[in-house]
Amino acid sequence: MLKVKEKVATRDAYGSALVLLGERNPNIVVLDADLAKSTKTIKFKNKFPDRFFDMGIAEADMMGTAAGLAAAGKIAFASTFAIFATGRAWEQIRNSICYTNLNVKIAASHAGIAVGPDGSSHQSIEDIAIMRVIPNMKIVVPADGTETEQAVAALAETPGPAYLRLGRSAVPFIYDSSYRFTLGKASVLREGSDVAIVAAGTMVQPALKAADILSEERIEARVINMSSIKPIDREAIVAAAQETAGIVTAEEHSIIGGLGGAVAEVVGETAPAPVVRIGVRDVFGQSGEAGELMEFYGLTAGKIAEAASRIVSQKR
Amino acid sequence: MRIDQELIKNLEAQAKIVRRDIIQMLTKAASGHPGGSLSCADLIAALYFHVMRHDAKRPDWSDRDRFLLSKGHCAPAWYSVLARSGYFPATWLDALRKLNHPLQGHPDMLKTTGVEMSSGSLGQGLSIANGMALAARLDRKSYRIYVLMGDGEIQEGQVWEAAMTASHHKLDNLCAIIDNNGLQIDGHTEEIKSLGSISEKWISFGWNAIDIDGHDMRQILQALKMAEETKGKPSIIVAKTTKGKGVSFMENQVDFHGVAPTAEECVRALAELE
Repeated sequence: MLKVKEKVATRDAYGSALVLLGERNPNIVVLDADLAKSTKTIKFKNKFPDRFFDMGIAEADMMGTAAGLAAAGKIAFASTFAIFATGRAWEQIRNSICYTNLNVKIAASHAGIAVGPDGSSHQSIEDIAIMRVIPNMKIVVPADGTETEQAVAALAETPGPAYLRLGRSAVPFIYDSSYRFTLGKASVLREGSDVAIVAAGTMVQPALKAADILSEERIEARVINMSSIKPIDREAIVAAAQETAGIVTAEEHSIIGGLGGAVAEVVGETAPAPVVRIGVRDVFGQSGEAGELMEFYGLTAGKIAEAASRIVSQKR
Repeated sequence: MRIDQELIKNLEAQAKIVRRDIIQMLTKAASGHPGGSLSCADLIAALYFHVMRHDAKRPDWSDRDRFLLSKGHCAPAWYSVLARSGYFPATWLDALRKLNHPLQGHPDMLKTTGVEMSSGSLGQGLSIANGMALAARLDRKSYRIYVLMGDGEIQEGQVWEAAMTASHHKLDNLCAIIDNNGLQIDGHTEEIKSLGSISEKWISFGWNAIDIDGHDMRQILQALKMAEETKGKPSIIVAKTTKGKGVSFMENQVDFHGVAPTAEECVRALAELE
């Protein structure tokens, strides 16, 4: 169990979770592409050097090697920054890992724009979209350290490929140790029937804050953490669409093809209702401090509350 | 392993059966890649009918040697040796590339027993072979991994990433083979993107490289033996081959890279492979 601190980055929790997993299961192997200190796989490397492979700066080769290890019975966790994991090696993930349905978990850190000063080349705002479209791929975006630890364990027990999206910055704890993550299930963090906010990852905390803001306006927002983006919890989305005035989605990702896209697809097919997507609006990022960037691109509690409030007023 | 004249003759006869299978399968499918399938037939026959430890009755036997066809478009050659080894009925060969049949245009491990790894997108096989070789080492298993690549295929950058991985980890349980037929879809490899001395490149990457005539069964067997005996580094066999080997009108014809024979061409080809 993680030591309960006020905040921890999900990548940190991932590194610790790998060590726990490695102790329990000798078939766990970990690969990295020269970023072990940043992705925190170094924790596993220090504990289990024989089962850790630093592939150097070679993401495509790393995915293939992970596939080979999995084909020979291992559970392979392959880690690097989200942009390189999914972009550089997309076709290797598609053909060598997903088409073959092999037991490779791609754990991608530094997702989103809050990577900050490194600028757009390192900011991954397309990864959910391009992973989501591949058959057999599962996608989990944990919201805090507790959920990350749970998700790592759950994915290790679920055969086949998965994508675990992790952030660079420390985020507050939302869950205590009693929380149990279930693949394909959303977690309702706050009940409400005026409007629903469906968020994932770093945007779950702002979503909760937005609900507080809305509450002052006498709008009760349901807040849903949709950490399992694929498979997605269709029931929770349909219920939100039918029982409230509409849905605001919030993610540190492009509004195209990510959580917002996935929710809109379900709503469009099953329970038409307004869906307003908060995310990066089809532009590239730029350098800046994490907080400044979140503000600049409108990834804030204030923007979520504004969108929710608009949905409610249109309905009334 | 004794390499006597009878063994050589036997393997040559089996390679001829593989070539006949290739021609017939592709004619029935009316699409596919005859040139490269024919050029690697001797190599694959040697592996499946003599060198590799494998058992069609136990396709999941954990100690089996593994073969990966990185140049997945030459699946017909693989399907032939798998069928002739008993992994599935030879009648399956008649349904190559047909809807709802297991023999896909490029190998699919989830559909075809005996296929160790799906392929078809060039450049990915060696990385996967490395992963299997590392797993064998972790599990203290003695099985070997063979991966067959095309010469044009090594234009893919991932191959060289993987070449470094294999030598870095001293994967001597791994043997790569290059089907060096000198042709790719758009023409001669030397004109499209020259490969220069293939074995020198691999040697500089820390590999043991062995140059052979890829149609001389004795040389093939000797090279595979040398690879197995080489310790401390991975081995690569650079097999000089002829695209379309065995069918005179297909030999060295770039047009037969990815065009199936017609019914009339099939008859002529089979007559040559009697």
